Amino acid sequence: MQSSLSLSLSQSIVTGSHSQHHHHYNNNNNNSAPLGSSRFFLPTSKPVNLRFCGLRSEALGFSSSSSSVTRSHSRRVQLSTRRSSGTVSVSASAADNGTSPKSFDYDLVIIGAGVGGHGAALHAVEKGLKTAIIEGDVVGGTCVNRGCVPSKALLAVSGRMRELQNEHHMKALGLQVAAAGYDRQGVADHANNLATKIRNNLTNSMKALGVDILTGFGTVLGPQKVKYGKVGSPDNIVTAKDIIIATGSVPFVPKGIEVDGKTVITSDHALKLESVPDWIAIVGSGYIGLEFSDVYTALGSEVTFIEALDQLMPGFDPEIGKLAQRVLINPRKIDYHTGVFASKITPAKDGKPVTIELIDAKTKEPKDTLEVDAALIATGRAPFTNGLGLENINVVTQRGFVPVDERMRVIDENGNLVPHLYCIGDANGKMMLAHTASAQGISVVEQVTGRVHVLNHLSIPAACFTHPEISMVGLTEPQAREKGEKEGFEISVAKTSFKANTKALAENEGEGLAKLIYRPDNGEILGVHIFGLHAADLIHEASNAIALGTRIQDIKYAVHAHPTLSEVLDELFKSAKVKAHASIPGVARRNPESPGRSSNQHDDQPRGHSSCRQNVFKKIAAIFMMYSSLF
Amino acid sequence: MASLSQFLSRTTPPLSNSIISTPLPLKPFHQASSWKLSHSRRRIFTVQSKIREIFMPALSSTMTEGKIVSWIKSEGDVLSKGESVVVVESDKADMDVETFYDGILAAIVVPEGESAPVGAPIGILAETEDEIAEAKAKASSASTPKSEAVVTPTPPPATSTPAPAISQPHPIKSTETVSSGPKKIVATPYAKKLAKQHKVDINSVVPTGPYGRITAEDVEKAAGIAPSKNVAPAVATSAPAASPKPAAATILPPIPGSTVVPFTSMQGAVSKNMIESLKVPTFRVGYPMTTNALDALYEKVKPKGVTMTALLAKATAMTLVQHPVVNATCKDGKSFTYNNNINIAVAVAINGGLITPVLQDADKMDLYLLSQKWKELVEKARAKQLQPHEYNSGTFTLSNLGMFGVDRFDAILPPGQGAIMAVGASKPTVVADADGFFSVKSKMVVNVTADHRIIYGADLAGFLQTFSKIIENPESLTF
Repeated sequence: MQSSLSLSLSQSIVTGSHSQHHHHYNNNNNNSAPLGSSRFFLPTSKPVNLRFCGLRSEALGFSSSSSSVTRSHSRRVQLSTRRSSGTVSVSASAADNGTSPKSFDYDLVIIGAGVGGHGAALHAVEKGLKTAIIEGDVVGGTCVNRGCVPSKALLAVSGRMRELQNEHHMKALGLQVAAAGYDRQGVADHANNLATKIRNNLTNSMKALGVDILTGFGTVLGPQKVKYGKVGSPDNIVTAKDIIIATGSVPFVPKGIEVDGKTVITSDHALKLESVPDWIAIVGSGYIGLEFSDVYTALGSEVTFIEALDQLMPGFDPEIGKLAQRVLINPRKIDYHTGVFASKITPAKDGKPVTIELIDAKTKEPKDTLEVDAALIATGRAPFTNGLGLENINVVTQRGFVPVDERMRVIDENGNLVPHLYCIGDANGKMMLAHTASAQGISVVEQVTGRVHVLNHLSIPAACFTHPEISMVGLTEPQAREKGEKEGFEISVAKTSFKANTKALAENEGEGLAKLIYRPDNGEILGVHIFGLHAADLIHEASNAIALGTRIQDIKYAVHAHPTLSEVLDELFKSAKVKAHASIPGVARRNPESPGRSSNQHDDQPRGHSSCRQNVFKKIAAIFMMYSSLF
Repeated sequence: MASLSQFLSRTTPPLSNSIISTPLPLKPFHQASSWKLSHSRRRIFTVQSKIREIFMPALSSTMTEGKIVSWIKSEGDVLSKGESVVVVESDKADMDVETFYDGILAAIVVPEGESAPVGAPIGILAETEDEIAEAKAKASSASTPKSEAVVTPTPPPATSTPAPAISQPHPIKSTETVSSGPKKIVATPYAKKLAKQHKVDINSVVPTGPYGRITAEDVEKAAGIAPSKNVAPAVATSAPAASPKPAAATILPPIPGSTVVPFTSMQGAVSKNMIESLKVPTFRVGYPMTTNALDALYEKVKPKGVTMTALLAKATAMTLVQHPVVNATCKDGKSFTYNNNINIAVAVAINGGLITPVLQDADKMDLYLLSQKWKELVEKARAKQLQPHEYNSGTFTLSNLGMFGVDRFDAILPPGQGAIMAVGASKPTVVADADGFFSVKSKMVVNVTADHRIIYGADLAGFLQTFSKIIENPESLTF
C-alpha cells in the first residue's frame, strides 16, 4: 500500500488504451477510479448523470475526426470572411439578426478580459481555437485591477506591520525592532505597481499566443454574433462559432448609501489607499470586509463592522468563524453591530463626520446612528451584465445574473439553452471567485472543443487572506449534516490544531485549526476548513483530493515533508476514522477482473454531490466574493 | 481541592486527541457527549450554596494550568446550561468551556490573558441577581489568598484603583456638557474595549477626540493608566520623503581626535543591562558596621584559603535566609517572585569587562567550600569559560570596592534581582559608645540598592541590621 497513487495512474493508462472508441483526449481522463473504466456505463448514461468533478468529467466524447475536420475547415474559411466583415455596415448586419452565419470570424469570442476570460482564452488557444477577447475597460478585470491582486499587496504590508507591532511575538522570537511605521503612499504604490505588472503579464500572455484583443464594450446581437466598440465610434461586428460572456461584477452598493469615493467608498477606492481613516465602518463582514479590516487595523485604524446577519463572517463554517472572530476581531481594535442594515450612509461634509443610520434587519426599526470617519461598503458584488444585449437572444437576467446550466450554457426566458452561448464567472453568480471563473472558462472551452465537461464547484477552494488566513473547500459542517440526514449517511468531523505543528510553532504562529468533514463509511472528503498560518496555500491538498475523488484511506498514506505546515493536513487525514470495510478505490482498480464491483463503487458516487448542490451554490454565491486569488 | 467542575469542554476532545494520537488511527474518535458524561460523573453537588465557583478545568491529562484566552460572557450575563462561557488555552489547544448550571456570571476572577492552575476559581456564578453582590464579595476575597500562593495574577482592579482619584473631577464636567446638548456619547471601538477592560464607565469619560468622540487615550486617562506606548503605528503618511524617523537620541558632535572603540560583547551586555536597570525604581540604604571581629576572623582563616569575598558572601547569604524578600525578584510589576535558592553574584572586574560569577546556594555551603568555589569561578571567569548558569543565576549581588580604599559607593541594581550590596573599605574610626567612652574601631559602610516595588525601606533596614550583627559577631560564619 505504499503508493496508491502510482497504482491508479498506471491503471488508467491501461483503461485508456482499451477505450478506442473514445476521443484521443480521453486517455488521461479515465483515471477516475470510482468511475472505473467508463466504457461499462458510458454508452447508456445520460449527460445529466455525469459526475461533477473538476478534473475528470468528460464522458461522451464526440467523434474526434469529425470535429477536428469541422474546425480546420472553418478556420480556413475565416480568412476570407474576416476581411469582408470589417466592411459590413451596422445596418446590414442588424438585418441579419437572428440568423446564424455559416462561417465565422472566430471560433471563440470572449466578452470580458478578466481572469475568467483570460483563462478561457489561453485554454482555447491551446485547443487550437481562433480566439478574440473583447474588453471595454482594462485587461485583467476586477481581480487584477481592483480585487484580489492589489488587495494582496495591501495585505502583505498589513501582515508585516502586524508582526512588527506585536511586541510579544517579536520578543518571543528574540527580535528587537524599533517602532514600525509606514508610508501610506509607498504602500499604495506597491499595490498599484503589482496590479500594473500583473495586468501587463496578462495582456502579453494573450498577445503572445495570438489572442486578438478587441477594445470596446461587447453586445450580443444574436446567436454567434457580437458587436463591440467604444462610445462615440462606429461599432464593429464579429461572428464566432461560440461566445462566452465573462463580464464579471462591480461592487454592490445597497440603496440609501451615497458613495462619494472619499469618505464613503467601495473596495475599488479602498484599494487605492488614498487615506487611512482613524475610524472606518465596514459594511459587510464577508471576505472583502474581513480582509480590509485586517489592512486597516494593521495600519492604525479602528474598525466597526456592520453585518446584516446575526453573526459575523456568516459564510464560514461556524467553528472556524468562531475561532476567526476570537483571533481576527476580538483582540483587535474592532467592534461590530450585527443583525442591522445600514439604511442610510451620508459622506462627511460641512465639518460633519460620516453618518450611518442603522435599522434592525428584521423589524426595520431604527436602531442606532453611527458617526465615523469613513465607511467602506463591502456588501458583496453585483453582476455587470447591463448593455450585453441579452434581450436580443431572449435572455432575462435574475438579479442581474445570467442564468446558466451546470455547463455554463446560457438559459433563455423559456428555459431553453441558447446555442453557442456561455456565461462564466461572477456574471453567472454560481460562485463568485476569480479562479472559479477561470475554471468555468476552461470547462466551456473543453465543451466547445467536443468534450463534455462539468465543473465540480464543490472542489473549488476559497480563501480569505487575513492574518492568519482562512480557507475552505466543499461543505461546511451544518451543510454536510443536512445533506447526510437527507441522503442517509453518517458524517464525521476530525480536527487538528496548528499548536501541534512544528513549523507553525517555529514561526510562533500556533493559533489555528484545520477541520475535516467526511463520510466515515466510505472515506469521502466532504469539506475541509482551515484557519491558520498559510491556510490559503494549504487548502489545495484537500481541494485536489476532492476534485480527484481521492479518499481519506488513500491520501492518509501520502508523505509530507517534515517539518512543514502541510503536516497539519497530514495529521488531519490520519486522525479521521474511516470504517474498516470502506472501499479502497486503488484496490478495486487493481482488479479489472471484477467489473461488477467497481461499477458499484462509482455508482453511488456521482449523485452524492448533486442534490444539495444548488442550495449550496446559492449560499456560496451570495457570500463568496471575487476576493480569492488566482494569482 | 475537590474539583467541582461545572465546566467542561464541548468540542475539544477530538482536537486534543488528534494532537497526541499517533498517526495510526488507533484511538477511538471521542464524541463530545461521551467525554462530558465521564466527567459529569465526577461532579460533586454542593446544594447548600447558590453561589458557585467556576474552576479552571483540566482539559488534558498533562494540563496543570490554563490561560484564559477570552471570556465569551461578560459579568452580569445570564448563562444557561450548556452555553460556552470561556475559552481556555491548555498546553495543547484552545477550548471552549461550557457551564453545567444556569445562572448569572457574577464575577470574573481571572481576567483574559492570565493564567490559573487547574482547579483554581476563575469566575463566580450566582443563581439569582440578588446573589451577585455576595458573589462579588466572595470573588474578591477568594482571589486574594490564591494569588499569593500561585502565579495567579493580581486582578486588574488593583492597578486601576488610583484612577478614580484622578478622574473624579472629569465626570462632573462631562455630564454637564452632555446635558447641555442632546449629543449622544460616541466612543471608538478601541475606546470601548479599553473601558470594558479597565472597568471604566464610558459615560464618565471626557471626550477629546474629533467630533466630540471618546478615544482610547481618553479612556486611558480616565483609567489613570499610562497611554499604551504609542500603539498606533508611527504614521509618516504625509510625505514619502519623511522616511521612518530614526528615533535616535541626540547625537553629540564628535570631538576631533577621538577614537571609537566598539563594545566587546561583554561590554555590550553590560551596557544593555544598565539601560534596562533604569526601568526599576530603586532606593538606597547605607549602614555602618564595625569589622574588628571580622578582621580578626579573616586573619585566622586566611591561611586556610578563605577570602574576604567568601566571608562577605557567606554573611550575606545567612542574612538573606532571614530576609527572603530581599532575595526576591519582581518580574512583572505585579508580583513577588521568591527565589528558593540564595545565589550570591559577586561583581568582578576582568580586563576590560565586568562579570558576576555566582556562588550558588551560598547559605548552604560552608566557608571553606565557598572559598574553594569562588577561586574556581574567578579562574573560569578570567579564562572566559564561565557557563551561563555560573554568571546569570544570581539572586543577590555583592560588589566590593573596599580593596581600593573606596569608603562608600552606590551600586546599580542588575535587572532580575531585588537588591545589590556595595561594600566599602574598612577604616579605623573614632567611635563613642553609649557610656561616652571613645575608642578606635574599624568601620565599613555597606550600601544596599533595592527594587522598591517589592523591598521597602524597613525591609532593607532590617536586613542590614541582621547583616551587621553577623559581621560584628562573625563566629557563626565558620560554624
